[in-house]
Amino acid sequence: MSARPPERGPLPADLELSQHETPTLHWFEANRRDFLRVVGGGLLVCLTAPDAVLPQESGRFRGGRELPKDLAAWIHVDKDGAVTVFTGKVEVGQNIRTSLAQQAAEELRVPVASIRMVMGDTDRTPWDAGTFGSRTTPTMGPPIRAAAATAREALIDLAASRWNAARETLSAEDGKIRDAGGRAVSYGELTQGQDLVKTVPADAALTPPGSWKVAGAASPKAGGRDFVTGKHRYSSDVARPGMMHGKVLRPASFGATLASLATDKAAAIPGVQIVRDGDFVGVVAPDPGSAARAVAALDAKWNETPGQPSNANLFDYLKKNEDASERSQPKTTGSVEAALASADVRLSQTYTVQYIAHAPLEPRAAVAELANGKLTVWTGTQRPFAVKDELAAALRMPPEKIRVLVPDTGSAYGGKHTGDAAVEAARLAKAAGKPVKVAWTREDEFTWAYLRPAGVIEVKAGARRDGTLVAWEFHNWNSGPAGIETAYDVAAQTIQFHPVKSPLRQGSYRALASTANHFARESAMDELAHAVAMDPLAFRLKNLTNPRVRAVFEAAAEKFGWGKARAEAGRGFGIAGGTEKAGYVATCAEVEIEKPSRRVRIRRVTAAFECGAVVNPDGLRNQVEGALLQGIGGALFEAIRFENGRIMNPHFAEYRVPRFSDLPQVDVVILDRKDLPSSGAGECPIVGVAPALAGAIFAATGVRLRAMPLAPEGVPESSPSA
Amino acid sequence: MASMAPVLLDVNGSSHRLEAPGDETLLSALRNRLDLTGTKYGCGEGQCGACTVLLDGAAVRSCQMTVADAAGKKIVTIEGLERNGRLHPVQAAFLEVEAFQCGYCTPGMIVSAAALLRSNPHPSADDVVGAMAGNICRCGTYPRILEAVRHAAKDRGSASR
Repeated sequence: MSARPPERGPLPADLELSQHETPTLHWFEANRRDFLRVVGGGLLVCLTAPDAVLPQESGRFRGGRELPKDLAAWIHVDKDGAVTVFTGKVEVGQNIRTSLAQQAAEELRVPVASIRMVMGDTDRTPWDAGTFGSRTTPTMGPPIRAAAATAREALIDLAASRWNAARETLSAEDGKIRDAGGRAVSYGELTQGQDLVKTVPADAALTPPGSWKVAGAASPKAGGRDFVTGKHRYSSDVARPGMMHGKVLRPASFGATLASLATDKAAAIPGVQIVRDGDFVGVVAPDPGSAARAVAALDAKWNETPGQPSNANLFDYLKKNEDASERSQPKTTGSVEAALASADVRLSQTYTVQYIAHAPLEPRAAVAELANGKLTVWTGTQRPFAVKDELAAALRMPPEKIRVLVPDTGSAYGGKHTGDAAVEAARLAKAAGKPVKVAWTREDEFTWAYLRPAGVIEVKAGARRDGTLVAWEFHNWNSGPAGIETAYDVAAQTIQFHPVKSPLRQGSYRALASTANHFARESAMDELAHAVAMDPLAFRLKNLTNPRVRAVFEAAAEKFGWGKARAEAGRGFGIAGGTEKAGYVATCAEVEIEKPSRRVRIRRVTAAFECGAVVNPDGLRNQVEGALLQGIGGALFEAIRFENGRIMNPHFAEYRVPRFSDLPQVDVVILDRKDLPSSGAGECPIVGVAPALAGAIFAATGVRLRAMPLAPEGVPESSPSA
Repeated sequence: MASMAPVLLDVNGSSHRLEAPGDETLLSALRNRLDLTGTKYGCGEGQCGACTVLLDGAAVRSCQMTVADAAGKKIVTIEGLERNGRLHPVQAAFLEVEAFQCGYCTPGMIVSAAALLRSNPHPSADDVVGAMAGNICRCGTYPRILEAVRHAAKDRGSASR
């Protein structure tokens, strides 16, 4: 048996982390300070606890820091028993407002409804690196559970001292401490609204998932009613007294600098103020219509950078512009060259992925208000504390004078790490002396937000006639290192990521490069299976010992009925899978090729997913379904078209995203492993979609598509050459 | 720029007199003048359905309509579907099925579905897909939205609307 790849690759985590960092549009500098908490009330000193610390968020994060260990930073129990839990994480549709509340409620022994989560408020919540990387469940769940368990024990101590009773005779249940005789005191009566002062021990005993009652079960979305009635206020809905509307003049193309600006026509519009700061030009107006007219009336001349790359030469450009200063060492085991020479079948192929846009339905928006020397900004971002730093650097203000609040946001998918709109609104508010809202248009969003990286992936591989994989060489240019390692057993392998200075602004995206790397890897596996005349699933299982990956392949295949029906002309089946962010997924797809358009109609998608102990089964199912549907877009038709520093398709009419008419039958199998730690689920389920569809299209047509998107204009009559 | 003659809008059963340019979009007037922010901007081009409202009972894209065109017609927004604390059957079904993630497309989806059920009380799956192909959910909750709409169609036997 060949060596199994480790669960964690040798690639430096910082390299992947750099994928979460995106160049700032207008200003950039890093600076971090401590957070301030503004919860009122006195202090209530509880029993002293061992001087221990909670595990770090992670030392790997640049600027990372320890989580607070004082209980009051996490949990407050009000006089009326209402519980407030504080976290720097934010809600962007992944449903953590609910799943974290469930975990706090579980340990506190209270109903979920009595928990209020305060999230992503830099004045009130502990510092947090950001909501990304599927890290909320594995890294925010445990500290919140630990804090809640510590609070529960502290409340038992308070009751024991109030009753002069042995704490072992007391229990916590439904928001009250009870004794064996039926006496009860509510949490609110015990705290009187004062902070619980206690250290959260690193080894706080947590309720094991097998004993969960509140966590582990479906729980309706927190505040769900506000979302179906239109009451919930997103950043773009925030209004402040005296608020003005701002709009930014966008450069003619990427990298353009302002040559001249005539403002007289715009300035003549009633109530309009024009703000210029270097190449940044914005307007402030009493209503959005006047702001839009004012920007249109500005007469700007730009110095543009000619000869920028386009889709036509993108992949050639990426191969030729490797950023040697950032290059990582290849991970090599054995001799790929020798193994290839000994193989019965060999593959050497190139796979590509285009830039794609997150296109969150709520475009970037922010409201900024400066009052009494303090800047307050409401904005939809995944990194409120980083945006605070971005604002501090941009406006040259001390961070402690800045507060960023993140209302539950109209989605992100990795696309809202930056504070672009926040910086714009704050700059304009400073100039206007009034609160200012900046709400990006859809065209702004497609053009000036950042993109999922494009990439080129080259694979060389070899197998024996019996289906044993013997050689594996894998190089990724620009797309990224996430998911670059193979879960398959192969003794000789070389794997390398080659960073490139991207011609377009790029950054994080749901599952990062794992989608591209799974597409290339699983497509290559499919091609090898075909070359040795094996069933695609059988070939994979022959080279796979990782039990968690095997389990999802087997579960997906069973639910889908893999192998029960045969491909025929125009109808085919595909399967693909792998592991990402400590989640495990396998995806099966059935496609039909429409005549005469040769468009791909997806009939069925079935996925099996495993992420340890499940916290909220219905919320998890929702995430998996959503990832599958979103994955269809990047797999089949989404691509940014660009030319000479311009985005050529910055509208939904030209950038096709999945719609109702693309909806296949979707089946999701969840494997609940109560014996394993819970991991995140927002990203991993997307990675199998594209290769499963590519395999199904090959089975239906004999055409092997190696470029994502696979078939924006339908499936060609023969396999395109690289 | 159009004239600033006052415009009368009938929104959720109340009459509003607006001093707005006649070419202002209904979406902007609802959001910025009447503070009815449940109706969302998603693209400004009639391509995503986030701004859908009912105009005399039919689903329209409020970003593609001027206040002048909407004047004198009965406008119902997401805020107007709930009556006396009772959710519209489509709203109740979205909650029941959890037919959302971030919720930003939800008002437009619910209003579009409410319009569909007015004209077609018992839609097939294909009817729903056909009627709602113009509404985008980037979170990909389409399977749940479809289920919620059909659920609402089943449940609305006793509902008056």
